[in-house]
Amino acid sequence: MAPVVGQAVPRVDGPAKASGSARYVDDLTRPGMLFGATLRSPVPRGRLLGVDRDPSFDWSGVTVVTAADVPVNVVATIERDQPVLAAGEVRHVAEPIALVACEDRLRLERALAHLTPRIEPLPAVLTIGEALEARTAIHGADNVMKRYAITKGRGRDGLTGCEVVVTGRYETGAQEHVYIEPQGMLAWWEGDDAHVVGSLQCPYYVQKGIKTVFGLADDGVDVTQATTGGGFGGKEEYPTVVALHALLLARKSGRPVKLVYGRKEDVEATTKRHPSVVEITTGCDRDGTFRAFAARVVFDGGAYVTLTPVVLSRGALHATGPYRWDDVSVEALAVATNTPPNGAFRGFGAPQTQWAVERHVDRIARTLDLDPLDLRLRNLLRSGDTTATGQLLAESVGAQRCADEATWASGYRNRRGAGPVVAGRTARGVGVACFWHGAGFTGSGERYLKGRVAVDLLPGGQARIRTASTDIGQGTETVFRQIAADALGVPMASVDFAIPSTRVVPDSGPTVASRTVMVVGSIVEAAARELAERVGREAERSGSTRAEAHERLAGTPALATCEKQYEPPPGLAWDDATYTGDAYPVFGWGCDVAEVEVDLDTFETKVTGFWTAVDVGRAIHPVLCAGQVEGGTLQAIGWALTEKLVTRGGKVLNPRMTDYIVPTSLDAPPFTTLLVEEPYSRGPGGGAKGVGELPMDGGAPAIAAAVEHATSLVLDRLPLLPEDLFEASGAARSGGGPA
Amino acid sequence: MRIVLTVNGAVREVDVAPVARLLDVIRETLGLTGTKEGCGEGECGACTVLLDGTPVNSCLVAAAQCAGRSVVTVEGLGSAERLSALQEELVSHGGAQCGICTPGVLVSAAALLSRGGVPTDAEVREALAGNICRCTGYQKIVDGVRAAAVRNAAAARGAS
Ligand code: FES
Ligand code: FES
Repeated sequence: MAPVVGQAVPRVDGPAKASGSARYVDDLTRPGMLFGATLRSPVPRGRLLGVDRDPSFDWSGVTVVTAADVPVNVVATIERDQPVLAAGEVRHVAEPIALVACEDRLRLERALAHLTPRIEPLPAVLTIGEALEARTAIHGADNVMKRYAITKGRGRDGLTGCEVVVTGRYETGAQEHVYIEPQGMLAWWEGDDAHVVGSLQCPYYVQKGIKTVFGLADDGVDVTQATTGGGFGGKEEYPTVVALHALLLARKSGRPVKLVYGRKEDVEATTKRHPSVVEITTGCDRDGTFRAFAARVVFDGGAYVTLTPVVLSRGALHATGPYRWDDVSVEALAVATNTPPNGAFRGFGAPQTQWAVERHVDRIARTLDLDPLDLRLRNLLRSGDTTATGQLLAESVGAQRCADEATWASGYRNRRGAGPVVAGRTARGVGVACFWHGAGFTGSGERYLKGRVAVDLLPGGQARIRTASTDIGQGTETVFRQIAADALGVPMASVDFAIPSTRVVPDSGPTVASRTVMVVGSIVEAAARELAERVGREAERSGSTRAEAHERLAGTPALATCEKQYEPPPGLAWDDATYTGDAYPVFGWGCDVAEVEVDLDTFETKVTGFWTAVDVGRAIHPVLCAGQVEGGTLQAIGWALTEKLVTRGGKVLNPRMTDYIVPTSLDAPPFTTLLVEEPYSRGPGGGAKGVGELPMDGGAPAIAAAVEHATSLVLDRLPLLPEDLFEASGAARSGGGPA
Repeated sequence: MRIVLTVNGAVREVDVAPVARLLDVIRETLGLTGTKEGCGEGECGACTVLLDGTPVNSCLVAAAQCAGRSVVTVEGLGSAERLSALQEELVSHGGAQCGICTPGVLVSAAALLSRGGVPTDAEVREALAGNICRCTGYQKIVDGVRAAAVRNAAAARGAS
């Protein structure tokens, strides 16, 4: 059997998606189904005194749910601070207060308009600065949700005595996921059993949330994924809220309820990428050799803790960039504000800190008058180096190769050497960024998680993969089939992928953290291999063909299934107390080169070329893998140039696709994507590492560097809107220069 | 009110409210759920259909205006079992990931390809400027559409 790993086989879900027959949650109905909607807080903080129903409205056939109807009013994530529906207080604009459902959507809207929350407003904390000042305390006395410290060598003291010390401050704004399919769930009850089907990344997160609120056992809950129209982290934790709301309405009305968000509601209410402020001071030798790194990282967690501690941790662990430092001190904290909880978004904290460190490396280059690429090449991590947490990088370190390939393919050195090209009113420049991304859960995460996968032998030479890892567009269904087919030694068409449903698939852990292919894929591979061995042994024992042996095993329930649990690589050691050790099993590496054109009259920036080289270990499916890289990069480009969430008084002023601008086909550059393969010895399919988040890390700093090359304007705050460039140019002209 | 229109080549008579959007008539009355709603405001293009051959955002079109006209949705381009060259090439080039934008992208691209010839990258990007895709980065969509144009052109040559 010719191997299918490494081949661009046809995407399994392609025909259904290309013909319109794939069913997303909004395409589903159930008999007697009602539509649901959510009443939300108009203010960022206040005492919730009650919810008034207009007595003149005809409420017949309308179901209303408030906090009083919620058995256990908690959205179970890391902390238990977030209510399913606000009770007694509201902590952010758009916080859910009550739910309504009825059969007719027009009446539903009217009913919602006749429901009014009675709120006594309280002073709110809306920015990182206000939170740190702590004049108003909304979380403990100091508004700090979580802190981490990472120290290597002499820590901050390492700066003393360095030949060149450079300091900078870098900021990023919120980013909205804009998955093109908004959040949605369809829920119903069968007796005491809760059923939901919908748009989600992590079936078992939703299951846990439902069990907590309704006091159900595992088998009393059925969570099934519908075809999901994009997630990018936005459907990691939030779908639990939507599922709970739909179930509450279904329970009270006794009918199935579909709750699908409109775009505006989705932008106003759901999670965003954490805004950040990062201050960095570094010391290096005059020749550019990096010595000491000290940073203070602050993330805006929003009104409830949700996943913020984990996002902050990943941000802190990537703060040094893919570079060697003798001494490191990273102090990271997340603060609470009265804004919707910020949450998971592709990259999970790492894009923010890598924006900072990459801009900072450019600042060092400027200070030393060195070429930014040369400075990077001198300091990039290599095999045998140790990271800030003391992790020894033993294998699969493709940082250097990525830098070589991206800069060579793009002609970076020639373009850079030639200087910015100014023609009429446009200035053209190129910039480079290097980055890394830890694959899999941080620290001991995978050890606690114990992800499981089952593979079944079925009659007729067939096999089936059962996993909770969802395909939300990345191509999991296809790639897992490739891995299993090769391990089983059967054609790919003989391998099925069970629809992720908590009653059918074991808990493989969430679909997050670039862990699907590398971690869960390796469990798929191990289970499939074990079955292949069983078939081989059975064939040998009975003197039959493998096909006959397969059929015999498939007919023997005790032997037909292999369920395996993730085995963390031996020797990985992580200490949560000191934040030292092996932060990740392995890292993905990358280098981006961006070419931009800046209109010197309007200060608009257009990305005209983009070259990216990423070390993915092994590309199981080169086309899908490159698709992850390009899509992730374009999200980084949007974050860099157009995606600005404008708020006033805690309210989003641009909650629509008209004014929250994501890139169109005309804004996107042509991509040259280079897949570098430095195999990881424990990765499936011959060495695959995670790829999902890596491409989010390099785009923004590469673009800022290119803008700087084109215009000499130094920008350290994202996004880089025309007005920001204009302002910077004014400062530069008036002699102030970049701070 | 009752209107008669042609949908994917078949004559359909439907009862529509005066304010009903074409999108809802297609999805709910006719049960053709391939056409998607991503924003409801004419910004994302997920709801694109052909109205008398021209791509429109069906979330902005009143169904009542479509009496006597011809509508083509993604279902009209080819079924899962019999994909058109365009559908096939888009998929094999990696132009569909989550797939929620795909029906709209395909409909816009079908309008472009119906003009014949092989469009340039820039022409494809122009034709798809109203179809937002958050997953792919567009390069693979552009490659898929152009590959389909090449295939169609070759087929047309073979046929003539
Ligand atoms: S739903 Fe019609 S353009 Fe977005
Ligand atoms: S494939 Fe997901 S939005 Fe285009």
